[in-house]
Amino acid sequence: MGKKITIEPVTRVEGHGKVTININDKGEVEQSRLHIVEFRGFERFVQGRPYWEAPVLVQRLCGICPVSHHLASAKAIDVIVGAGTGTGLTPAGEKMRRLMHYGQIFQSHSLHFFHLAAPDLLFGYDSDPALRNVIGIAMANKELAVQAVLMRKFGQEIIKATAGKKIHGTGAIPGGINKNLSVAERDSFLKAADPNNADYMVKWAQGALDFFKGYYKKNKDFIDNFSYFPSNHMSLVRKDGALDLYHGVLRAVDADGRKVLHDVDYQDYLKYIREEVKSWSYMKFPYMMSMGKEKGWYRVGPLARLNTADFIPSPIAQKEFEEYKSLTGKVNNRCMHTHWARLIETIHAAEMIRDLLNDSDLQSDNLVTSGTRQARGVGVIEAPRGTLFHEYSVNNNDQITECNMIVSTTNNNEPMNRAVNFVAKAMMNGKKEITEGMMNAVEVAIRAYDPCLSCATHAYGQMPLEITLIDPNGMILDKKAK
Amino acid sequence: MAFVKFIVDGKECMSEEGKQLVEAAKENNIYIPTLCNYPGIPPKGSCRICTVLISGRPATACTTKVTEGMDIQSAVPELESFRKSVVEILFAEGNHFCPSCEKSGNCELQALGYKYTMMVPDFPYMFPKREVEAWHPKLLKDHNRCILCKRCIRGIHNNDGKTLFAYGKRGDKLLINIDPETSKDISDELAQQAMDMCPVGAIIRKEKGFAVPIGRRKYDKMPIGSDVEE
Repeated sequence: MGKKITIEPVTRVEGHGKVTININDKGEVEQSRLHIVEFRGFERFVQGRPYWEAPVLVQRLCGICPVSHHLASAKAIDVIVGAGTGTGLTPAGEKMRRLMHYGQIFQSHSLHFFHLAAPDLLFGYDSDPALRNVIGIAMANKELAVQAVLMRKFGQEIIKATAGKKIHGTGAIPGGINKNLSVAERDSFLKAADPNNADYMVKWAQGALDFFKGYYKKNKDFIDNFSYFPSNHMSLVRKDGALDLYHGVLRAVDADGRKVLHDVDYQDYLKYIREEVKSWSYMKFPYMMSMGKEKGWYRVGPLARLNTADFIPSPIAQKEFEEYKSLTGKVNNRCMHTHWARLIETIHAAEMIRDLLNDSDLQSDNLVTSGTRQARGVGVIEAPRGTLFHEYSVNNNDQITECNMIVSTTNNNEPMNRAVNFVAKAMMNGKKEITEGMMNAVEVAIRAYDPCLSCATHAYGQMPLEITLIDPNGMILDKKAK
Repeated sequence: MAFVKFIVDGKECMSEEGKQLVEAAKENNIYIPTLCNYPGIPPKGSCRICTVLISGRPATACTTKVTEGMDIQSAVPELESFRKSVVEILFAEGNHFCPSCEKSGNCELQALGYKYTMMVPDFPYMFPKREVEAWHPKLLKDHNRCILCKRCIRGIHNNDGKTLFAYGKRGDKLLINIDPETSKDISDELAQQAMDMCPVGAIIRKEKGFAVPIGRRKYDKMPIGSDVEE
């Protein structure tokens, strides 16, 4: 008799989701799905609000990466106030926002690697769940745990200095920014005693990557082959092909590295991307129209970004990028290498923070610009988890009439479902008993994408994930929630 | 000019005779909270948050003039509890979503919520369906946030001395609208004054949102009333 496994909730991700795995009479996995069970609402209730409120309102989608929503929304509103697309701001306006964004990337990547992913790597995905968490890390490796906390703190302090608050600030306003960086604030990051300064953060980011590479040497087979499947990859890149997490053009490559989206202006994203709705999830399934629903799905995030970018415009990260590329080839479809890519980006973020802090434009008082008013604007940014789209239409009374968001995790919806299916088949086919370790392996695959399920459904409220085992008649045989 | 002596919470005070009690107390470094009151415009006594006990009898301190020998109780538990309830009622009656309100940090209602450590109102939220009046080129009236204090009607006038705001509807549907005739061609300065006059985020000057960074807003570092109290 077949059965259905339910993993609910999925843990150590941001948001509330569950996994169901259907197993047939022969004990083979027939179908598996990642369901997102939160309800959406932001796109609707932002309607009628004045446009300048959007960057502050919509960032409440998330408590982990509010800066990404704040900035993507602000970039869209920049277009509406005639301040141009990404490059029309004053130097202080753009660089303050970039500093805020790299602070966000640095803290979010640090949070994900140390707090969410590292327990699986340090202890093994089938180790005791009571230890397989950040507290377990603190007990096993105090130094690493302290580093994790201080790296995240540094990023959060950068956000506070640029946005006014560590979470849900108000820094980015239509056409620019509402404050510059004082000399005292700058020096608090550049001249603070070790380890709380920008130079030390670069070193620590390198140390985190070295830790991962050490793990990789000992666990090459697992990192290379766990949840390994081909896909398309999409991200913003700078016009010259450099990795740029704040602004650029949209590029996508296929599983072999051929360009399938050729550096297009994201204001026209609807010409290239569509979202499919499926009855069993509140999260939509985006795809590239030119390739159709079946073949047009893509990955976003660190793995995708290092596949689309030609180079990284900061020296230490570039050196690591070259090594990574030499070992992994032109296009990397290996799911667990996302952690590797994420840590290279963490170094890049630290380098960018350090360089921006040394830029005197940040002390300028020329903060805001504007131009001819437009009725519609699109803002796209590379959030820690991947490409994030915000689109707004505004009426003549300055009220938002329409809003569309495609959140990073939504872009990764199909890849995460593929990953769940891949791991479920690899781990559970023909097995009589489903162990906690097997279920966590499914979560490990999801976790590699660092999903934020609340963002993805634009939910307002709580976040928690759950796995269900169903027989061929639809009867629930087993259900596990954490 | 005659001066009078009066007592607030046991403290002997002195002020000009006939002065508004709220102002007289302020001169003596005593803060009596207000919402509908605004210095320089006629008092209304509509919000009741400035209620004090004068010789044991309740009266609004914004509409009462100070007289010789007045014995006033203000910062007493009974009244502080009452004031907290007034704040809670106002929050529950409208749609006050501070996280996305650009008046946050400069909002007197929010500041009083903090002063009285309001956590969750004891009164059920009404979540009324209200509109955002956005037709005016320089001003936006968000009826969700309006507490009907009428400060704008009393305090904001055009060059002809006519008020920019007017009542609309009646009873529990009462609104304060922007008057299309009197508000025509207002200056940017007057639009800003209207926003500043509003104790909450119901009157918003268009296109300037969130220009003041967090940390530099009125109540970011100084709780409401702390500039008055010793």
